[in-house]
Amino acid sequence: MSETAGKTITVAAVLCGVCSVLVAGAVVVLKPKQIINQDLDLKKNILMSSGLYQNDQTIDQVYQASVTPVVVDLTTGEQVADLDATKFDQDKADKDPQYLVELSKEDDKAGIRRISRLQKVFLVKKEGQLDQIVLHLYGKGLWSTMKGFLAVDKDGMTVRGFNYYSHGETPGLGGEVDNPRWKAIWPGKKLYDGSGSFEPKIDIVKGSVNPQSEDAAYQVDGLSGATLTSNGVENTFKFWFAKNGYSNFLAKVREGVIQ
Amino acid sequence: MKTKELLLDPIVKNNPIALQVLGICSALAVTSQMKQALIMGLAVSLVTGVSSAMVSVMRNFIPNSIRIIVQMTIIASAVIVADQLLKAYVYDVAKQMSVYVGLIITNCIVMGRTEGFAMKNKPFASFIDGIGNGLGYTCMLLAVAFIRELFGSGKLFGYSVLPLTTEGGWYQSNGLLLLPACSFFIIGCMIWLLRTFRPEQVEKE
Repeated sequence: MSETAGKTITVAAVLCGVCSVLVAGAVVVLKPKQIINQDLDLKKNILMSSGLYQNDQTIDQVYQASVTPVVVDLTTGEQVADLDATKFDQDKADKDPQYLVELSKEDDKAGIRRISRLQKVFLVKKEGQLDQIVLHLYGKGLWSTMKGFLAVDKDGMTVRGFNYYSHGETPGLGGEVDNPRWKAIWPGKKLYDGSGSFEPKIDIVKGSVNPQSEDAAYQVDGLSGATLTSNGVENTFKFWFAKNGYSNFLAKVREGVIQ
Repeated sequence: MKTKELLLDPIVKNNPIALQVLGICSALAVTSQMKQALIMGLAVSLVTGVSSAMVSVMRNFIPNSIRIIVQMTIIASAVIVADQLLKAYVYDVAKQMSVYVGLIITNCIVMGRTEGFAMKNKPFASFIDGIGNGLGYTCMLLAVAFIRELFGSGKLFGYSVLPLTTEGGWYQSNGLLLLPACSFFIIGCMIWLLRTFRPEQVEKE
């Protein structure tokens, strides 16, 4: 087969053209379906943490009926009224320099370096009344950034449910954060001690919590064999419920300002 | 070669993992669960089949000096399409497999087949050969995943088979099996077994 530079370039160009059309076509055609999937996955995780999840078919229906997203400014704890929360893109805000807050080394307990001061939170209503609030939180575990949703009662203190939707911890050890038995420990635990302090009191202990202990309401069993993942979970909570996280917002919730 | 041989030979007689020892890296990563292994296997089969067929169609036009890069381009395109399809139709699994789908590009089986077979054979035969090798890979993956998921987390395809002590059952799971490195041991043992029963697969000294 004769081989000239011209022929080689032609073949390469034609091939590149055909392949790019193929790839671009697949992306464009499948995009709407993927967005629906991502959206549904997010809604599913929100419903799972707040205990409203029934099955895959009813996700949209239940979500529409009871969940309202709002955007909150963490520095003041107030709702940002002039942003449309349904269109607010958290991923974009997490990279937008005008919202980013750099964290000092001692503040950065969760190992995330910077956060957006605007966070999308989800108000869950029951018969028109605020019932619980779903908050997004993330922080370093042993291997990975662990991302989850925590549902807090309208009292701004009591955990209603907790669920990690993405992590890369060791299966069987740190990966046990997905274990339903561990997740079932969370509902009813208190984040703060009720004195109006902004420091979270929630704590992950090694081994099992002594139910007789005074602090049992603030303590959660650690994961056996996964001390570093357990520390990661604790640090994530210590960060997100302190002054750089949701404490201002939850203070407003306790005052009953958020409806 | 006949179509049937092309399709079935790579499963036991000429398995890409066990005999040719190709595609080991992904066999470590995606074999902790049967479901992941199955989807990964199907994705690899499809990519190998389609890219072999495409390379074969073009085989008389591909200039020798850029043939490797041409094959790479075709494989990469097929992988991206497969990745997009997975994200659109089996989102849950695609999320768990994350980067490993994209890494099919680097799976030596795919390139081994396009370079070793599709460059010299007709499109249909190449397609079947690609699918066959993909199936050989899938079978091996499933066999490893069976052991890892059953003894590592007491489940098969996500359904509980051996009730775990952490969930109130009697089976103490073996954590080692959940770590990627253990696939090396399992694959090693399988190659040993296979070569004991089929001595013709042992390499000549």
